[in-house]
Amino acid sequence: MIVDTSAIFTQDLSKDFRFGFAMRKVRVLHGLSLEVKRGEIFGYLGPNGAGKTTTIKLLMGLIFPSSGEVSLLGGRAEDPQVKSRIGFLPENPYFYDHLTGSELLDYCGRLLGMDKASREARILPLLEEVGIREAAHTPLRKYSKGMVQRIGLAQALINNPELVILDEPMSGLDPIGRKEIRDLILSLKDLGKTVFFSTHILPDVEMICDRVGILMKGRLQEVGVLEEMLEARIRSIEITIEEVDLQALSRLDLPLSLPPLQRGGKILLSVRDEGALQHVLSGLIAEGVRIVSVVPQKETLEEYFLKEVNLSSGRPLEGR
Amino acid sequence: MKVLAISINTFKEAVRDRILYTLLIFALFMIGSSALLASLSTGQDAKIIQDLGLSCISIFGTLIAVFLGIGLVYKEIEKRTLYVLISKPIHRAQFILGKYLGLALVLLTNVAIMGTGLLLLSRIYLGEWPWRLLVALAFTLLELLVITGLAILFSSFTTPTLSAIFTLSLFLIGHLSPDLRLFAGRFSRPAARLLIELFYYLLPNFRHFHFESLIINGFLPDGIVLFQSACYGLLYGAALLLLAMLAFARRDLK
Repeated sequence: MIVDTSAIFTQDLSKDFRFGFAMRKVRVLHGLSLEVKRGEIFGYLGPNGAGKTTTIKLLMGLIFPSSGEVSLLGGRAEDPQVKSRIGFLPENPYFYDHLTGSELLDYCGRLLGMDKASREARILPLLEEVGIREAAHTPLRKYSKGMVQRIGLAQALINNPELVILDEPMSGLDPIGRKEIRDLILSLKDLGKTVFFSTHILPDVEMICDRVGILMKGRLQEVGVLEEMLEARIRSIEITIEEVDLQALSRLDLPLSLPPLQRGGKILLSVRDEGALQHVLSGLIAEGVRIVSVVPQKETLEEYFLKEVNLSSGRPLEGR
Repeated sequence: MKVLAISINTFKEAVRDRILYTLLIFALFMIGSSALLASLSTGQDAKIIQDLGLSCISIFGTLIAVFLGIGLVYKEIEKRTLYVLISKPIHRAQFILGKYLGLALVLLTNVAIMGTGLLLLSRIYLGEWPWRLLVALAFTLLELLVITGLAILFSSFTTPTLSAIFTLSLFLIGHLSPDLRLFAGRFSRPAARLLIELFYYLLPNFRHFHFESLIINGFLPDGIVLFQSACYGLLYGAALLLLAMLAFARRDLK
């Protein structure tokens, strides 16, 4: 079933690869059903080997599904009409050494069926937009890794696509470069475009994604709005109180998750959940202790991500 | 338009590669040095120059066709440049056709340069332009196009090393194919004979492209023979290209 309102729609998508001399079949993607709505920024997360690049290759028709279906912008992914509305940046891209930056963009423009005037009008402003205008006539073999990533983004945007699929777009970029790419992705969203990108750089996801999908060992673990996913996971609740005698506090036998911490004339108490919070608050009020603040501590994406990785690999959780 | 863009890019890539120039300069040097051998003979100098010159063009052309041809598809997969291409609105068959035509253009340019060198040298020794050599050069080019077809076919599903081994093996077999037919005649069992005959018809027969000895001795082959040979080369090349397109159509680009 192809959903016309989706930018990306996959149903029960699986991929098997054959390895070794005996051609042993290994399933690297298990029944992926995913919908990315038009106009959203979707972050596709997962550790190395989770199947992110395999998914993207399936979307782009670089490899073929063992079962299941893919549709992009309401059409079949391999349809040239659909492809002409998509921009794609592969992971660690590599381009023809013998071309200059502007020659590469001109070549991509030709493959997209753009006429000479449109190509000429588009190339230099696009190079300006990705910050390598001065390297327009430099051969690509002289480009740094960051510059290659930027020219890769430029070629993905040359056709002014409705859907942009980026495989690890921040890879190889310094913090300034990463910020510029984040801004660029946000500006694409402002223009009404859909951006689907895979990454393992979590702060980038937290900053710009509307929704995320988490992939572990070829299985989609969770999809949702990032804030809601993390909201549901309150790690602990921190209560700050005015300084009191710690021995007196210990006599109250409060259900704290960590020992009290003295910090600049105040004491920090931690409890695990709301039940314990009620208990502690009533005990403190009964003793006449002045409560300064009560702040729930949400899980960060990194903590959530590590926990999921540990769970899926069967390793015991560390720390909490 | 899209096939043309891929062809031009393939041509640019080849002409910006120093290996091509090294081969070309070496080939021109070999053609030139045939004049030295010719000076040692009496009365046969023009024939020796033309014979050696045409052989040089065929050998260096084959080297270019095989070693550029085997990397045509594989290099694009290995370097992942193909990922960007396939994501654009082109069919995989257009990619194969574009790469093939690009290399065909490289071969045409090389044969034209080497052929011009040979014609000039022959003009000096003969005192007239040996236009008949153009027929030999055209069939050398046709042979190279079939070799490129073999290289691109193997390149579309296997590694460059295996592609080189397969292509060069078929190149050698293709030059010995009349012997294959004689070999079939030695078998008394019809099934064995039929099998070898089948191989004879399926494997390329490069003898169809070689009229050098006639041309050097001042003759031109019959028009019908030339026409049949040209049709054979074009159809065989087209079949190889079609097979390469089919092999590449469902290949996973891992």
